[in-house]
Amino acid sequence: MRQEIVLAMLAKEPSHGYELRARLGQALGPLGDDMNAGQIYVTLARLEKAGLVTCERSAGLADRPDRKVYELTAAGQQRVAGWLAEVSWPRPDLAEFHLKLVAAAAGKLADPLAIVDAQRRELLRRLSEAQRAAIAEPAASTAGLLLEGIVLRLQADLRWLEACERNWTGRKESKQ
Amino acid sequence: MTDTTLLRASGVCKRYGSGDGLVRAVDGVDLEVAPGETLSIMGPSGCGKSTLLHILGGLDRPSDGQVWLAGNRLDKMGERGLARLRRDAVGFVFQAFHLMDELTAIENVELPALLAGHSPRAARRRATELLDQTGLADRAKFLPTALSGGQRQRVAIARALANEPLVVLADEPTGNLDSEATLDVLRLFDSLHQTGQTLIIVTHNSRIAATADRLISMRDGVFVDQTRLTGGSTGSLGALAGLEG
Repeated sequence: MRQEIVLAMLAKEPSHGYELRARLGQALGPLGDDMNAGQIYVTLARLEKAGLVTCERSAGLADRPDRKVYELTAAGQQRVAGWLAEVSWPRPDLAEFHLKLVAAAAGKLADPLAIVDAQRRELLRRLSEAQRAAIAEPAASTAGLLLEGIVLRLQADLRWLEACERNWTGRKESKQ
Repeated sequence: MTDTTLLRASGVCKRYGSGDGLVRAVDGVDLEVAPGETLSIMGPSGCGKSTLLHILGGLDRPSDGQVWLAGNRLDKMGERGLARLRRDAVGFVFQAFHLMDELTAIENVELPALLAGHSPRAARRRATELLDQTGLADRAKFLPTALSGGQRQRVAIARALANEPLVVLADEPTGNLDSEATLDVLRLFDSLHQTGQTLIIVTHNSRIAATADRLISMRDGVFVDQTRLTGGSTGSLGALAGLEG
């Protein structure tokens, strides 16, 4: 997980590590289940070393890590502001699949349509899983919105596979 | 037919026209559906999926092949027997809802039970239950025209359930709905699935299709691919959202 995400989760108010984890858990719902709790503390330690957060022990308590309260420094706040303003978007890796079809057809290594079918089965299984998780979320859930994003993306990918299927079916027929 | 099959189709064909104008809408389909199973059939428009659904529900007859529902052979059955079987054993859900506009929501839902000879009281009790189950208890007295598309479809689903059908057949059930209403219908289908209702959905919407246990892809009148969806995928949900570790 990017350092900036952990930083931004602290922006609301100085917090314990477990409070950060709870905020992330609420936003991610079932997607946060395999989140590595230890990683947040590792990230916090790095952020502290980099001068982006400060850490104070709550007075009179044992030296357990959860008793530490983390707070953004001015530099940390600046980093969060920069992150929020940044326009980044994950790049979908379509070219690799596209070239796989091209290579399979050109070298007569495999039937491009069989590759499309296999890919579609996998995407449908993922869609099914995301869909089940989305249905299980209560209507007002924040995490539901993230699941909706996954569902919509998979649907877009499946539509592209339909286009791939039409294209490669057409080429096969025009060769015959 | 084995005990684990509720619905079976064997070598089903449907042809229209002849000579050069011959259309093979369904071209040799074999299918077995187990009780409690949810099945989706997906394919581009014109692939024959709706025609097949109509044949499975006894709304249309195959040109060739056999269709069995709970031990009854549909393709050889007389009109009256078929009408009775459709009324008692099959629930239909259509894209355009097909509600009676002059009847209220609850009157639409109780109609199939009345036609089946149940007492008005029993029909009303069942309809009230079903509207409750579909989240429309407070819309019982509304005419369909006063309901949103999603609500109308939920009334239509409640109506399909009125006679506790062996199988519900849905033809593009969310084709006319926005994404919010689609999700409501999905939740409803999911809860039906949980109660063991056998359900066959024909759709070109991958989202609806993906709620099933099993998905069949259809092209040019034949089944070209089958996928079992309950096995789970290879990655984690988190990985799909760009979360790692």
